[in-house]
Order: sequence, then C-alpha cells, then structure tokens
Amino acid sequence: MAETQIDERLKSDYEAGFVTDIESETLPPGLNQEVIEFISNKKNEPDWLLEWRLRAYEQWREMQEPQWAHVHYPKVDFDALSYYSAPKGVGEGPKSLDEVDPELLRTYEKLGIPLHEQEVLAGVAVDAVFDSVSVTTTFREKLHEAGVIFCPISEAVHEYPELIKTYLGSVVPQRDNFYAALNSAVFSDGSFVYIPKGVRCPMELSTYFRINEAKTGQFERTLIIADEGSYVSYLEGCTAPMRDENQLHAAVVELVALKDAEIKYSTVQNWYPGDSEGKGGIYNFVTKRGVCHDNAKISWTQVETGSAVTWKYPSVVLRGDNSTGEFYSVALTNNYQQADTGTKMIHMGKNTSSTIVSKGISAGKSQNAYRGLVRMGPNAENARNYTQCDSMLIGDACGAHTFPYIESKNPSAVVEHEASTSKVSEDQLYLCRQRGLDPEKAVSLIVNGFCKEVFRELPMEFAVEAGKLLEVSLEGSVG
Amino acid sequence: MLSIKDLHASVSGKEILKGLSLEVKPGEVHAIMGPNGSGKSTLGHVLSGRDNYEATSGSVEFLGKDLLAMEDIEERAREGLFLAFQYPVEIPGVSNMEFLKASVDAVREHRGEEPMDSIQFMKLAREKCKAVNLDDKFLKRGVNEGFSGGEKKRNELMQMMLLEPKLAILDETDSGLDIDALQVVAEGVNAMRNKERSFVLVTHYQRLLDYIQPDVVHVLADGRIVKTGDKNLALELEEKGYGWIEQEVA
Repeated sequence: MAETQIDERLKSDYEAGFVTDIESETLPPGLNQEVIEFISNKKNEPDWLLEWRLRAYEQWREMQEPQWAHVHYPKVDFDALSYYSAPKGVGEGPKSLDEVDPELLRTYEKLGIPLHEQEVLAGVAVDAVFDSVSVTTTFREKLHEAGVIFCPISEAVHEYPELIKTYLGSVVPQRDNFYAALNSAVFSDGSFVYIPKGVRCPMELSTYFRINEAKTGQFERTLIIADEGSYVSYLEGCTAPMRDENQLHAAVVELVALKDAEIKYSTVQNWYPGDSEGKGGIYNFVTKRGVCHDNAKISWTQVETGSAVTWKYPSVVLRGDNSTGEFYSVALTNNYQQADTGTKMIHMGKNTSSTIVSKGISAGKSQNAYRGLVRMGPNAENARNYTQCDSMLIGDACGAHTFPYIESKNPSAVVEHEASTSKVSEDQLYLCRQRGLDPEKAVSLIVNGFCKEVFRELPMEFAVEAGKLLEVSLEGSVG
Repeated sequence: MLSIKDLHASVSGKEILKGLSLEVKPGEVHAIMGPNGSGKSTLGHVLSGRDNYEATSGSVEFLGKDLLAMEDIEERAREGLFLAFQYPVEIPGVSNMEFLKASVDAVREHRGEEPMDSIQFMKLAREKCKAVNLDDKFLKRGVNEGFSGGEKKRNELMQMMLLEPKLAILDETDSGLDIDALQVVAEGVNAMRNKERSFVLVTHYQRLLDYIQPDVVHVLADGRIVKTGDKNLALELEEKGYGWIEQEVA
C-alpha cells in the first residue's frame, strides 16, 4: 500500500471509530424536557434511554444540592449552563500553538509533553494527528483479538444495548445524589469497557487513546464491566492540565467486577484550578463507585491536583464474599483550591476487606478535607478495614481536615484507623537547600516522599508523570 | 578560602557572634572548640545562610566572593560550602539515592555540567557507602529515616564525599558517636583532605582531634575567638577545661 493510501486508511478509521458525527451546534442555556429530548435525539438513542434520562431529570428537579461538604463556592446557576455543545471542529479554537496561553505551554514543556500532543491537549484544531492515530489503530486491533470492547458509550448504546440496559445505573442509581441525577439526565458521552470472562486485558486502557474524550468532558459517563475472572487496568485523564471552558463537571463512573474479576482504576485529575487569586477554575463534582461480587477486587488510585472545588468519593460496595476494595489517594490543593474527597467502603459480604490510604497536601490558602465512610453490614462476618489518613501542611494559611465515619453492625468486623498531620519543616527545607536544592525542588521532593505509598500503586509511567505534576502544582507554594 | 572579619550576627534578633575573625587557607583544617553557648553552631548556620541567622556587620569572603551577598542557602552550597549537621533531620519516603542524585545534579548544573548518568551515579554512591562503612541498602531507605545517631552522621559524611565541597564545616559530628564510628568519620575526612579543600571542625572534645590532626585550633567564647594555637591547645583544653581561658580573657 502506498503511503498516502495508508494515511487515508488511518484517517477514515479515525473518523469512523472516534469522532461522533455531530453538526457544530450549541443549545441556549437552560434545562428542560425539550433539551433532554434534543440530546437524546442528536445521539439517535433508543426510546428506553430517553425515558431513562427523563426519569432522572424528574428526580433531579426534586433534589437539593448537597451542602455538607467542607467547600464554599457561589451557587451554580443550572439555568445558565448550556447542556449541549457540539465539539469544536476544524477552524474554531486556536489555529496553532502560537495562539495558546504561553503559561500553559510552559507547563507542558516542564512535563515533557511532545509537541503534537501539546496541540491536542491545548485544543488546537489539527486535521489528524498521525502518530496517535496509528497507535490507536494497532491498539484497537489488539483489543479486538482479545474480545475486549472499548468504545464511546454512545456507540455502545447501539452496539451492545443488552449490556447497557443491564448495567447502566446499576451501581450509581439515577437518584443517588444531586449531581449523579443531573448527569443521568444530560450525560454527553464517555467510555464503555467490557472484558469477557477469563480475559486479562492485554494492555492498560487509557482515555488518552480516545482523544476526542477531552472535549466531551462536562457530563461524562463511564461504565466498565469486568466479567467473571477477568482483569483490567484503566487509566483516566492525562497528566497535562486540560484547557476547558466548562465551569461545572459532573461525571459518573460505574464499575462492575463480577465473580473473581479485578478492576484497577487510576486517575490523574488536573483540571484548571483557577489562578493564584482564586479566580476561575473547574468545579469537579464526581460520583464514582464500583460493585464487587464474590472474590472480586476493585482498586481506585487517584492523584488530584486540579479543579477549584473537588467533591469526589470513589467507593466500593463489597457485595460478594471475600471481595476486596482499595482506595489510594493523593489530593493536593494550592492557592485557593478546595477539596473534599475520600471514599466509602461498604462491606456487605463475609470476609471482605478494604484498605484506604489517603494523603492530603495543603499549600497556599487552600482547604483540603478527607471524608470517608467504612460501613460493616450485619452480614459482614470477619470483615476488615485498614485506614491510613495523612495530611501535610505547607505554610500556615492552609487547612487540613479529616472526617472519618465508621459504622459497624457486625461484632466480628475489625476497623483500624490511623491518622497523622505533619508540616514540611524548616529543618527539612534547610537540609535540602544546604545540599544545593532550590526550595521548590526541595518541597516537591518532600511531598513526593510523603505520597510514595500511593504513587507505587500507579502504573509506572503514570507515577513518574504524577511526580512531575506535583512539582508543577506546587509552584509558588514556598516564599 | 575563607576570610571572616569582625563578624557580628544575631539569631532571631539576639546577638550571638560579637566580632568574630577567622582566616582559613586552602588545604587547612581548623578546629573550633568552646563551651556551650559560645556560638560554635551559630557560626556554621550564619555561614550557610540559614533563615533567622543574620549577619549584622563585618565581612565574609569565600573563595574570593562576598559570601554574605549570596542570599540563598542553595547558592552558597552550590559554590562549595558544605555543612554537616549536628542533628540531621529525617525526610520520610524520599530515598537517600533520589535525594543525593538531586543534590549532586543541582551542584553540577551550577557548574555548567550535565546531570550525572544514573548508573554511573549508583556506582559512585555505592563506593562512598563502603567508604563510610554503611551498607548500600541505606541508599534505598528514606533520608535518615529510622537511622541511628551514628548512621545519620555517617550519612552526612557520605553526602559530603559525593558533593566534594571546597569548604566543609562539621558541626559536632563527633557527638553521639562510639569510638568505631568516630574512626570511620575521621578516616573519611582524612581521605578527603587535599591542598585545595579546607575543613572547619566544630567540637566540644579533643577526642576527634586524636584522629584528625588540625592545623589550627581556636577557642570560641562569648561570640569571639579568644585564643588560637596549634593542636597542643586542644590537649591543654582537655586537661584544664575552658575556665582558665575565660579568666585569661577577662
């Protein structure tokens, strides 16, 4: 095949597989039944899904925005948001990197991101990124051989309706909470993954390979099903700060680990945190939950450095006997950022076990809270939980808070909780600087050391980038 | 190498050094002895530029440059000034190896050199561990994390060997060391002695000087050098204590 033909091939595959064909359109602000019908219609959805969305909308209308989190922000005006916006096509957005905010480019450079990826991340309208496309193609073929399904959820609705009908909303019901209900009503797109029985997914699945994902962000919906005895590792996000004009993000992620299956879900979240004065930034209100059947395991690892306000509790329902839930988290806040994040481990089955390791780092004038629930149900014979919750303060204008909730209805269950708060000490900084390190490098080294237990849970490459990301996020945190 | 003239310095506003003068030539080893509270440790911190240790008057020249004009601790360090700490602090989770590599690379960058190749660095670090009698598993452990007092001091020495400073100030490195560890430290210092490199040993006891022969011995009292002599001065101090000097000065 001649080279041009190959290019054509790749290009057409790209169009078919990854970019939903939508005309460039944005709805006027406001949410009502017509808007939902419009969205559903645009995606050519079956009736049952439209009804599902409308039920969610009805429920959402009766719900109140939660007030209990340790975060303060001006009320979101849900009538001022637009709930449908077609992805920007070629011709809109910056034409080249010359038109992109130099501050953003400087960050990309520090993170060592190749030029063509910078273009994609910054939203530069490129016709096709050939390197990535070829990677994507080989990648799809390999997954296909293994029988793994990895596609946009909008596509899965048409291709695998039975799976969607069975599992959509099965872990996070429509009326679970205010934001989940909103998401259920208006979700734009997201990823769908199915791993067949006994299959070990041959590679780590990453949204990175689905570049258009970046532009569907606002009300993302992800569903991952690991059938009996299967394994998958899923990476969400990429380690460069994402440019995004949307203020509110309300995503839902559902994980289903059937008997003997294992799901490892890693996130690096670095949406725009606002400027050093606390202006702008993303509100990240996410519902993430997984269900474990017998002997199954779900492990959440998250590194949260972005967003102005974060409200996020990736949880595991340990329904099956002998199932395992894990939560490893680094949450870093700087300047005026606020984070209220943690997990819920709901033990229902016998001999279930869970581990929680949370590292919160607060710098600048930020507020960082860990909120966690460990519930031992009446049937959770011999269930075990271990929680370790460490906070680190940089400077004296920030705050760290811990809200652990423990409920035990089974006398044989054991819950352990350890917590610590430390400060980056002047002595530590002095030692580092006397050995030639500048203060920023010193702080990032100390913070990285503090986070080590979580970073080693991340896939290798992600871990290295997460370390670099911390360094960038901590800029300006030492005077 | 180091030329201190009439240095006055305060710690958090309180004057500790009251007109200290000291001249250290390349290749020399100076011992600074003195009673508690005389300002021995303060001298090291003022020279390294620690926050809240402020030189109020006088001058310090280091390798021909005005040391006090260098504002940052790290700048002075990169110029070749090393301070071995009396109480080295722990940095949990940061491996010794990672820390040392970052330090060495920072100093190299300052000199306009490329970062050191990781494998080459590993080899070098292992070599230095051996020289101070530390098992190389210490390279993988957190900086000083769970180290015994002696191990911390030997770790300081290993850092000094890797960074190859022009001037090393050892702040009571001998305190809390048993005789074997003391010998290891002394051997390390002796091995690093050469025509260009100078040492300032701050110590309470003559013991260290049995193993490291100083060229000059000073007695520091109430923020000033009150007596200077050769190594016999240290022996005399050991025998008579500090009282007689204080009387002599008064």
